[in-house]
Amino acid sequence: MTLILALIRRDLSLSIRQGGGVGTALGFFLTVMVLLPIGLGPDQALLGKIAPGALWISLLLSVLLSADRIYQQDYDDGSLDIMTMSPVPFELVALAKAVAHWLSTSLPLAIAAPVLGFLVNLDPRAIWPLALAMMVGSIALSLLASIGAAVTVGLRRGGLLVSLLVLPLYVPVLIFGLSASQAPGSSPDIATPSLLILLALALVSVVLSPLASAAALRSYLK
Amino acid sequence: MELTADNLNCERGGRTVFTGVRFSVSNGQLMQLTGPNGSGKSSLLRMIAGLNEAASGTLTLHGGHEDLAIEQQAHYIAHQEAVKTALSVAENLSFWRDFMGSGDVDKAMAAFDLTRLSSYPAGLLSAGQKRRLALARLVLVPRVLWLLDEPTVGLDAASLARLVRVMAGHLEKGGIIIAATHVPLGREPDTRLELGQAA
Repeated sequence: MTLILALIRRDLSLSIRQGGGVGTALGFFLTVMVLLPIGLGPDQALLGKIAPGALWISLLLSVLLSADRIYQQDYDDGSLDIMTMSPVPFELVALAKAVAHWLSTSLPLAIAAPVLGFLVNLDPRAIWPLALAMMVGSIALSLLASIGAAVTVGLRRGGLLVSLLVLPLYVPVLIFGLSASQAPGSSPDIATPSLLILLALALVSVVLSPLASAAALRSYLK
Repeated sequence: MELTADNLNCERGGRTVFTGVRFSVSNGQLMQLTGPNGSGKSSLLRMIAGLNEAASGTLTLHGGHEDLAIEQQAHYIAHQEAVKTALSVAENLSFWRDFMGSGDVDKAMAAFDLTRLSSYPAGLLSAGQKRRLALARLVLVPRVLWLLDEPTVGLDAASLARLVRVMAGHLEKGGIIIAATHVPLGREPDTRLELGQAA
């Protein structure tokens, strides 16, 4: 366990010191949310209607922006080789790196989303449901991104490929994330069941993503 | 403790790299791997480290830890240094200490004369200093089997002498070292394995 915590701690301090991770993603998120009202015009009712969807789609894209870096550096400098020789299963290494990505990128984005919601006239009553749904959903987003990052780790300029591979996997998260972001009282009231399904998606990806990522990484190391 | 290889075959990308490799090394022994470029020295070391699969043949470690695989009792030092440039020398080592078990960072830095660089970002180190930082992992976390792939690249005379001393200390304590190098390592290797001609 301390091994895994050590890895998460190292990845977090690396992402803070090297920069470029969460700063770029937040900047991208902000830019999209600023451009959207400019592009759509000043129709407040229209903006309010599409606000949750716009926030969710921007969140997906912002998370993917830094996804290809989850394993890239450790693969290039040989750290992954050494990590396969540790006493813990390699799957836990993959899980730790995905968790570090969640803590350093996806979670800050999910927390920032309700604030950015003001730019697109988000219904104030939807702020809490949206924040909660995004925090839960972002777990699945990072873990699924980890699979894409692992599959493309040996490819130069695999960043765009990660997006192509992972975005289809994000569809269920997007669907249930959106319906979980409804303001309370809107009909049909499916926010709670949707949130539970979103949680289930997150839990399933906690199990499957480390297995798939570790298998993909192993095949590259061979 | 004894590491034995029986009839190991290696294939990379459809090409046969080596066939029928046999060797046996036991406690306190140094095995030197030699052979021309492309003869499979690195592939053999990666195979022992569990990073490549053998096309056929077996590798067994007798008398080691029952519950651990060979690679979990081994150090693998290769061309890639596994050094994080944004972390300091001491932080790099303390991460590997926490990740690989237990060890003494100060002792590891002292062994390769890194103490005065301890708070220096690893990104500013020279190639030779980076290599010393990678080699410091050997001292940092005690593991019985050392797999060294060209460990002397980039080292100056003084650092080479330090490496030779550290290796001698490890062998004295009953460790096993397999090194792929053509540089004399301060003592006659107990076993020498000459890998075949490059295809």
